[in-house]
Amino acid sequence: MASARAVLRSLALHGILLAAAGLMLLPFVWMFTTSLTPSAEILTPSLRLWPANPTVTHYAEVLGAAPWLRYFWNTVVVSTASAVAILFTSSLAGFIFAKYRFPGRDLLFIIVLGTAMIPFESYMVPFYLQVKALGWINTYQGIAAPLLIMSFGIFFMRQSIITIPDELLDAARIDGASEIYIYRRVILPLSKSALGALAILAVTNSWAFFLWPMIVISDRSLFTMELGLAMFQRAFTVDYGRITAGSVITVLPVLLAFLILRRSIIRGVTLAGMKG
Amino acid sequence: MQELAARAQPLQRGVSRRTLAIYLFCYAGLAPTLFLFAYLRIIPIATTLAASLYNWDMIRPIRIFVGWGNYLELLQDANFQTALANTSILAAGSVVLGTVLALLLAVTVNARVWGAPIYQLIYFLPVVTPWVPVTVVWKWIYDARFGPLNQAIAVFGLAPQAWLVDERLALVSILIVMVWKTLGYNLILFLVGLNNIPQEYYEAAVVDGASGWIIFRRITLPLLRPMILFVVVISTINSFNVFTPVFMMTSDIQGAAGRLVRTLVYDMWENGFRYFRVGYASAEAALLLGAVLVLTLMHMRLFREDR
Repeated sequence: MASARAVLRSLALHGILLAAAGLMLLPFVWMFTTSLTPSAEILTPSLRLWPANPTVTHYAEVLGAAPWLRYFWNTVVVSTASAVAILFTSSLAGFIFAKYRFPGRDLLFIIVLGTAMIPFESYMVPFYLQVKALGWINTYQGIAAPLLIMSFGIFFMRQSIITIPDELLDAARIDGASEIYIYRRVILPLSKSALGALAILAVTNSWAFFLWPMIVISDRSLFTMELGLAMFQRAFTVDYGRITAGSVITVLPVLLAFLILRRSIIRGVTLAGMKG
Repeated sequence: MQELAARAQPLQRGVSRRTLAIYLFCYAGLAPTLFLFAYLRIIPIATTLAASLYNWDMIRPIRIFVGWGNYLELLQDANFQTALANTSILAAGSVVLGTVLALLLAVTVNARVWGAPIYQLIYFLPVVTPWVPVTVVWKWIYDARFGPLNQAIAVFGLAPQAWLVDERLALVSILIVMVWKTLGYNLILFLVGLNNIPQEYYEAAVVDGASGWIIFRRITLPLLRPMILFVVVISTINSFNVFTPVFMMTSDIQGAAGRLVRTLVYDMWENGFRYFRVGYASAEAALLLGAVLVLTLMHMRLFREDR
């Protein structure tokens, strides 16, 4: 019976997929349930997925213990600045690399792409000294500085703009349009979906940025969500109820955004693979 | 039309006024981007390479040229040796496990099962979750006395383990978190790769009577090679730069009771920002950079020769 085999096969496939999904989800489940578990119950060894006496006291304590809204706002400011700068530089440079010929073009393009192979961590120390010399320690500019450009963004915008037919640009030129006008009124409107994907990638990157903000920021009022949670963990090392409640608070906006924008986020984050 | 597009004008004797205007637009338009690249990337990279040859303390302004001195000292440095060994193990482990597991899941998801988009969504959750909350919850999972993992293995009659305290287990624990965090990313890339394989190839193979395993080995794997290479390169670079999980879960600064899993970036951060040894940390950074470049080029060669 072919159908019996098909059912067996389908069961096996779902078995594998469900087991993997369970392993992926369990840490999130534990994060949430631990945050609702009274401290005394956390410290009794037993395997539970739901507390016997759920409580929200950890949240009450955590919300008062750190300015989470402030951290959230700081993260929004930095990632917006990063996204705006990356969208501007990537679209303009991508347009020029895609649609013009000029001496030195290929060399400049190779330099832009070549630096993408070099991890930020490897030149972070001199970078810190540069930022310090500018007086940008403990400022928004300081956090955002390494996030203003993205090699991949330029490459991606170039690949996207190259598909826009030259005839459209030539037609605009016959009508007397300048190159800047073409960039603003022809290229940008036609690149909306690529720009959207790139914006999501930029925001995701800067949202998760941790090591650099930790180095450049010591002023509590400028902490990002990541930094705020790390410092919170340092203060309440073994108070798992509180630190998981803090984690839920920082994870919530990210997961909400992901569930709403899931398609574009998955596309944005994996953009880099499309060229393969 | 000719004078409209600069591409129609190769560099000949005279360059028309129109072409000059185009050049001007190109250079002016690229100027902000190139300035940022120079200031934010090229200058600090060059400074790193130059600083690695100096004995340079962040607190005092004196720099003494020491040539290869920092590199020679690094090779003798027990902390650096540990960091290099740990980083290599974590990188190798997470690249192999992350690639193989993601490939298996991708083929399974791709087998047109019901609910595939939901599975993809779930597998992608750890990817979008930032590192710090991830490490907070995993530290709790690994907690030796009350953590869920020890309670879970007790159900199977296994003795509790000191996950983040024992030297080897700590490395394994960090590796598990790294694979958990990146699996969904690799998976999505493989799904993109699988979608790009023309359906006719599979149909032709089925007509020829090929079995599932043969189809996988003869069609799926070879055609997926560019994507596998990409995943391997990306995971190598990412795992060589691992910092947040070891810092959050095993370092004394974050109040870990356990043993520090020292990695290259952690050691570099410590030399640079705790001991303020700019030159020494730069030499370490230069070695990290070299290692990442060599590994990337090696992967590219390896996969090209196989073809």
